[in-house]
Amino acid sequence: MSKLVKFFKSFLLLELLKGMSVTGRYFFARHITVEYPEEKTPQGFRFRGLHAQRRYANGEERCIACKLCEAVCPALAIKIEVAEREDGSRRTSLYDIDLTKCIFCGFCEESCPVDAIVETRVFEYHGENRGDLYYTKSMLLANGDKHEAQIARDRLADAQYR
Amino acid sequence: MMELLQTLEQTGLELLGPFWMPVWTVIKIFAIVLPVMGGVAYLTLAERKILGFMQLRPGPNRVGYWGLLQPLADGIKLLLKELIIPAEANKFLFVAAPVLALAPALAAWAVIPFGEGMVIADVNAGLLYLLAMTSLGVYGIIIAGWASNSKYAFLGALRSSAQIVSYELAMGFALVCVLLAAQSMNVGDIVRGQNNGYGLMGWYFIPLFPMFVVYFIAGVAETNRAPFDLAEDESAIVAGFHTEYSGMGFALFFLAEYANMILIAALTTVMFLGGWLSPVPFLPDSIVWMLAKMSFMLFLFLWFRATFPRYRYDQLMRLGWKVFIPLTLVWVVVVAAWMQTPYWLW
Repeated sequence: MSKLVKFFKSFLLLELLKGMSVTGRYFFARHITVEYPEEKTPQGFRFRGLHAQRRYANGEERCIACKLCEAVCPALAIKIEVAEREDGSRRTSLYDIDLTKCIFCGFCEESCPVDAIVETRVFEYHGENRGDLYYTKSMLLANGDKHEAQIARDRLADAQYR
Repeated sequence: MMELLQTLEQTGLELLGPFWMPVWTVIKIFAIVLPVMGGVAYLTLAERKILGFMQLRPGPNRVGYWGLLQPLADGIKLLLKELIIPAEANKFLFVAAPVLALAPALAAWAVIPFGEGMVIADVNAGLLYLLAMTSLGVYGIIIAGWASNSKYAFLGALRSSAQIVSYELAMGFALVCVLLAAQSMNVGDIVRGQNNGYGLMGWYFIPLFPMFVVYFIAGVAETNRAPFDLAEDESAIVAGFHTEYSGMGFALFFLAEYANMILIAALTTVMFLGGWLSPVPFLPDSIVWMLAKMSFMLFLFLWFRATFPRYRYDQLMRLGWKVFIPLTLVWVVVVAAWMQTPYWLW
């Protein structure tokens, strides 16, 4: 009997019609595409995009050249050289991030004891020449100056979960 | 409409005399080829839109309003691309194959009636001509696969030829049923035979419903469309028979495939869905009905593609030889016997 039922089921194309009813229903459903340049998906405050170096409110750079980020970086994308500044404080003389190596894991940000290196929400950037994505200390500081307000808001939002 | 055409023909004959005949023929050819090419162009857009909608995507919408200029952009792109001929290919056949694929797809349109008397060649063996033309298309594919001298192209061509030979039989038998019912091989007469004054009820898809389904499925298989697109099975054999083609060569195969789809839609409409006849008696018969029915059949093609996964090769052969051919054979006998009884109302 079940063999007969199976025969008629396949012979009358019932299962195929069922499948077509599914696609037919979806044909009239609202499409869910986010049309990117005009529309964007929401970002969380932990979004990990382009890197930046922050300063304190008085304009002093935060980084103390502890090299924790360089040590933790799994992609070996960070290169730091340390030198003593005229005032005797320990500072970096070189702080480069090669964004072509970076995997945007966020470990540098996690490891930083003074919240100096951070990842911002910026993800729409590009380079047109080889080396354009090799970010030096001055570029990172410039990024930080540009996005400081947003960076501070995001750290504040994240602080309650720490 | 018909009077207008007749006056046009009369004035042309008076104006050009014996030279009118070739000019008139060329005009008729353009009257078929240009709409078919336009239809093919916008069928590609319709396909991408419909597949998109069924997958909750908007489909192409960047080129022109609602993506309406997309076919134009694609056409220009393909025209400008370089035509690469593989070093080991048979150059003459490699170039000839796309033409061989496209020509029968266009030639078959000669006997399709779009309305009462709106047909280029009103031949009495129209059905045989159609069977011949739809079968010839496979030569383009076989030659393309062989001339490319590539293993993928060759496998695609082998699959395609075996598939088309298998489904041709079922298709032929389904048409024999239509032939029995209409008692004519003239395509126009087949449509007129479906006019019994009750609109929809007179069409052959009612008494021949299984044949209608078999014919359309075999038609999908004949045109190498999903779920029967084993000839170009991209997950297994790259792009099948047109692996080595680029630029216009590829574009011609594309045109041939879509022209064949429109042709199969037109044939199904003419054989089973009453061609230009109106579905209800109180509305006039016109070419609009023909085009609407064709559009519906084309929508089914795209709907199938959005729904069904590709057949495995042995399943494809099983369906063709062990299901369709016995079914159609039985139905030929059933219809023939049915027609001898007083219960045959068509």
